[in-house]
Amino acid sequence: MAAAAKPRIFQTEQGTPIFGVMAEFATPADIYHAAEKVRDAGFSDWDVYSPFPVHGIDEAMGIKRTRLPLLVAVVGLSGAVLGFGFQYWVATQGYATVVQGKPFGSWQTFVPVAFEIGVLFTAFATLLGMLIFNRLPRWHHPLMCNERFLKVSDDRFVIAIEATDPKFDPQAVRTLLQKAGATSVELVEDK
Amino acid sequence: MSAIHPDQVSAAKLAGMMRPPPEPEFDPVTRDGSLVEDPAVRAPLVLGKDTSFNDVTETVCGYIEKGPGRWFWPVFFLVSQVAGLMPLMILYLIITGVGVWGLNNQVDWAWDITNFVFWIGIGHAGTLISAILCLLKQKWRTSINRAAEAMTIFAVICAGTFPGVHIGRVWMAWMLFPIPNSNAIWPNFKSPLLWDVFAVSTYGTVSALFWFMGMIPDFATLRDRAALRIMRASDPSVMKVDRIRCFVYGMLALGWRFSTRHWHRYEKAYILLAGISTPLVLSVHSIVSFDFATSILPGWHTTIFPPYFVAGAIFGGFAMVLLLMIPSRELFPGMKALITLRHLENMAKIILVTGFMVGFAYAMEFFVAWYGGNQYELHVFLYNRVVPDWVDPRGAPYWWAYWSMIICNVVFPQLFWFKACRQSPVVIFIVSVAVTIGMWFERFVIIVTSLHRAFLPGEWHMFFPTPVDILTFVGSCGTFLTLYMLFMRFLPMFAMSEIKAVMPQANPHKH
Repeated sequence: MAAAAKPRIFQTEQGTPIFGVMAEFATPADIYHAAEKVRDAGFSDWDVYSPFPVHGIDEAMGIKRTRLPLLVAVVGLSGAVLGFGFQYWVATQGYATVVQGKPFGSWQTFVPVAFEIGVLFTAFATLLGMLIFNRLPRWHHPLMCNERFLKVSDDRFVIAIEATDPKFDPQAVRTLLQKAGATSVELVEDK
Repeated sequence: MSAIHPDQVSAAKLAGMMRPPPEPEFDPVTRDGSLVEDPAVRAPLVLGKDTSFNDVTETVCGYIEKGPGRWFWPVFFLVSQVAGLMPLMILYLIITGVGVWGLNNQVDWAWDITNFVFWIGIGHAGTLISAILCLLKQKWRTSINRAAEAMTIFAVICAGTFPGVHIGRVWMAWMLFPIPNSNAIWPNFKSPLLWDVFAVSTYGTVSALFWFMGMIPDFATLRDRAALRIMRASDPSVMKVDRIRCFVYGMLALGWRFSTRHWHRYEKAYILLAGISTPLVLSVHSIVSFDFATSILPGWHTTIFPPYFVAGAIFGGFAMVLLLMIPSRELFPGMKALITLRHLENMAKIILVTGFMVGFAYAMEFFVAWYGGNQYELHVFLYNRVVPDWVDPRGAPYWWAYWSMIICNVVFPQLFWFKACRQSPVVIFIVSVAVTIGMWFERFVIIVTSLHRAFLPGEWHMFFPTPVDILTFVGSCGTFLTLYMLFMRFLPMFAMSEIKAVMPQANPHKH
């Protein structure tokens, strides 16, 4: 496309910056095939919005596997190690007490609490990691001013291609989405 | 777009464009609420011939936006009065001392710990449904998991209160946690009682996180619906409620916008939480059972306790889920399409299976008491529990507690061998009541009958509950129901996004 030659800031005639182009599709099957077409056209700053995760759409969009499990594993295991170390310190240094004639540092008794602390760290890492990777919480988004978009949370399926994409060109994007079977296509302003 | 594709037809109907024509081909699935006879065909998870995504949203959000009906607030008033008994009795306990309970030198754990184990056991069904059934890809869990998770959290709240107040000097309860203090005293990490503190608090926290994460998309749906009404509204009085909804649900939704890139990480996070909750839920009741199993008291000192407690917890928890679901199905409009007979039947089957595990554990305890050759242990099982005092002078007067437990937990679930019983909400409800009573008695039998006649006959003592004991327990039931009713009124009772995802038209590959 000739998009690279154009100025990178798109705006309406009133001077409002443009967020991108949004297209609505009728069914999960339609949006699945449309996502494949947008992916093959080589866009990067775009997204599919659906009331539930459509089966297999990650591949249709070409999303890379998230590295969330790695983060969770690291945090969870360090939680368990930390929990174990703390118990060992308490039992041998902090408040060394003879319990049932066992050695101060008998590690077997520290396993349950170390496990629980590991689980606790894992759970927090999972939820917070998911939110941080998703750049949430975020209270506002240009799409949320769009009445049509608000129905995605009910039963609509939407593709939005953003103006920040290097290949973005309002007219070409509109044609692409219409060809992919969109029931409606509209420009979204960045309010 | 060809006009005959069923997905496209239903989507066109969603968009308000047209009514779907009757489906021409033979549909083997009867979608009228009856179950399918052919074992190769599964009954649908959502009933109704042309239930759309929008119907699900309208039904579930309607419970919050329109309210559940006129019965709600009067019932809530009654239930919350009962809940008030709990803080009242605890206040009386703190002011007066643990002597207001029926405890004595021999029976120093009784109703307090019975209630604790009872509630924490009930709390296991929610995580089982949301985590283990999720990992096993049991799609039918989607319409019951939210309510079961809520129930879990409220049961854990009730459970956590009892050990908190039974320690005697309640103002020292903070010493349960390893908090740095001026005496440089740290807790004893070699004690199962401390493991219990960590297990229960971790379980409560992780369940709450899991529950909250599951609700984020549904909060966003409620937010968007309120925002849409504000955009379109002309009546300012309606708008005021919607502004509050838009703000509160908006804060809770954390800016969720149903992006697939977000869903991708969200689904991964959900599986991770399910994966970590599974060993957690198994560990919690195992650790609770260590409170007993690591002691030397005959009747408690038993290696079968961890799996036996976990099976019992699932058993009792499913009974409580059914106790809450069956009346809700009747009271809330449209709920029978979401919680179908297939869901009830599946839960009945789980009760039958776990009931067998529990029955097997009762038998094995007995076998080991005899086979192990320990005369104290055999005495506890035989005379403290089974043999009535009017049959043999060595028998204890608690035989009725043991036999209530056996009848409720082992005999009643056998009804579920019969299909008619598994598919009758009334029978399921009755069995669930029996199981709930039986599981309370199980903990009472384990705790009190073992304690009240231990090694030295000179120390033998009966336990009698005082009114404070009884009213604290009744109050905890009220607290549980109050929290559950608030949940039904203000939070999404079904995981809408998950239900939509298992509906037939959600599959993009269906042809």
